[in-house]
Amino acid sequence: MNEKEVIARRVATELKDGDRVNLGIGLPTLVAHYLPPSVHVFFHSENGIMGMSPLPGEGFEDINLTDAGGRPVGAMPGACAFDSAFSFGIIRGGHLDVTVLGGLEVDEAGQLANWMVPGAMIPGMGGAMDLVTGARKVIVAMTHRSHTGSKIVPRCSLPITSIRRVDLVVTELAVIRPSAQGLVLEETAPGVSVREVLQATQAALILAPGLAI
Amino acid sequence: MKKTVPLKDAVAMIPEGAVVMVGGFMGVGSPPRLIEELVRQRRGDLTLVCNDTARPGIGVGCLIDAGLVKKVITSHIGTNPVTQQRMLDGSIEVELVPQGTLAERVRAGGFGLGGILTPTGVGTLVAEGKRTVEIDGRCFLLETALKAGFSLINAKRADYYGNLEYTLTARNFNPLMAMAAATTIAEAESIVPVGVIPPDSVVTPGVLVHILVGRERLS
Repeated sequence: MNEKEVIARRVATELKDGDRVNLGIGLPTLVAHYLPPSVHVFFHSENGIMGMSPLPGEGFEDINLTDAGGRPVGAMPGACAFDSAFSFGIIRGGHLDVTVLGGLEVDEAGQLANWMVPGAMIPGMGGAMDLVTGARKVIVAMTHRSHTGSKIVPRCSLPITSIRRVDLVVTELAVIRPSAQGLVLEETAPGVSVREVLQATQAALILAPGLAI
Repeated sequence: MKKTVPLKDAVAMIPEGAVVMVGGFMGVGSPPRLIEELVRQRRGDLTLVCNDTARPGIGVGCLIDAGLVKKVITSHIGTNPVTQQRMLDGSIEVELVPQGTLAERVRAGGFGLGGILTPTGVGTLVAEGKRTVEIDGRCFLLETALKAGFSLINAKRADYYGNLEYTLTARNFNPLMAMAAATTIAEAESIVPVGVIPPDSVVTPGVLVHILVGRERLS
């Protein structure tokens, strides 16, 4: 199992039957592949659909039905389409149960940075700021480290996406729950020791009950 | 009844330097013929309001490629390296707006509001220079309305009153922008007789569409 699959499989276990869920582009999209058959969720996409499904197969493409990255998708029976103001009303209005997004940094306050690297990469925030501010539960799905080091840091050096504290961070090494007291290490990934997680993490971690070095 | 306007005459109404809203999301739901004709007539110095700048050669990406845009107000340019390059070399000014805020600013423009209050962006770079308002102990950003001289709309079907019906994720910003411009120009994949689109299916009322672009006959 590669590290992205480890992350996506673990995030999938957070989704509950009936949840309204928005998956970000990239790694978060993989989460849809690992839902147990008993869990049916409604996938929301910023570009205006609730009930998005994977493309049923070749020959089912509709140029007017895509995900937020512009890729062709399907719509499950019962799906509905709406304009962009309505779509973000769902997000900000407390009608979206879960959003899963990628991240560049998460800090000890639980704040996420994921929309720009000043001077290097300025793609724009798209819907990320609304999603992190408005979704009932925010899950960050990201690799634990970048090529420059730990992505879980004492304080974000990059511009933050929202002042809101995210609810859960899932990496290939660990599951971390930001809290008012700081970052709580809740689990280590299968085969990963607490020591390895601590060594890979620049931020201070509080060990959850039952975890020990 | 609305007389349809030939494509080239519709675009000829848009002056250099106009503020133009264009519907679409990654090119999906952008008006392909209006964009192509804007490029052909080389209307430059435009201020473009659009969700994103799509990709080179796709949707409003064609306006960027052709060097017609001096400023873009948008939520995302990450899929268009040409926009990013021109932002870095200073030839395009980019105002990045969170997507939900952009939608609401356009909606406010069309609905006669001065702006909206949103929690999105509070305490981030987006909040710089903006007023905040506290309501019931929660902080909101005051984001002002956006209006345009022209909005370029793409619909699935229109009738000859200009009533518009959209489809799936091609709807996106189109109905919002159709309200927010002094002149709303719409093109449709097909134009059907008045009465074919049932009242409940009309999303943008025809009386709000100023110009309906005709379909050229194949000859």
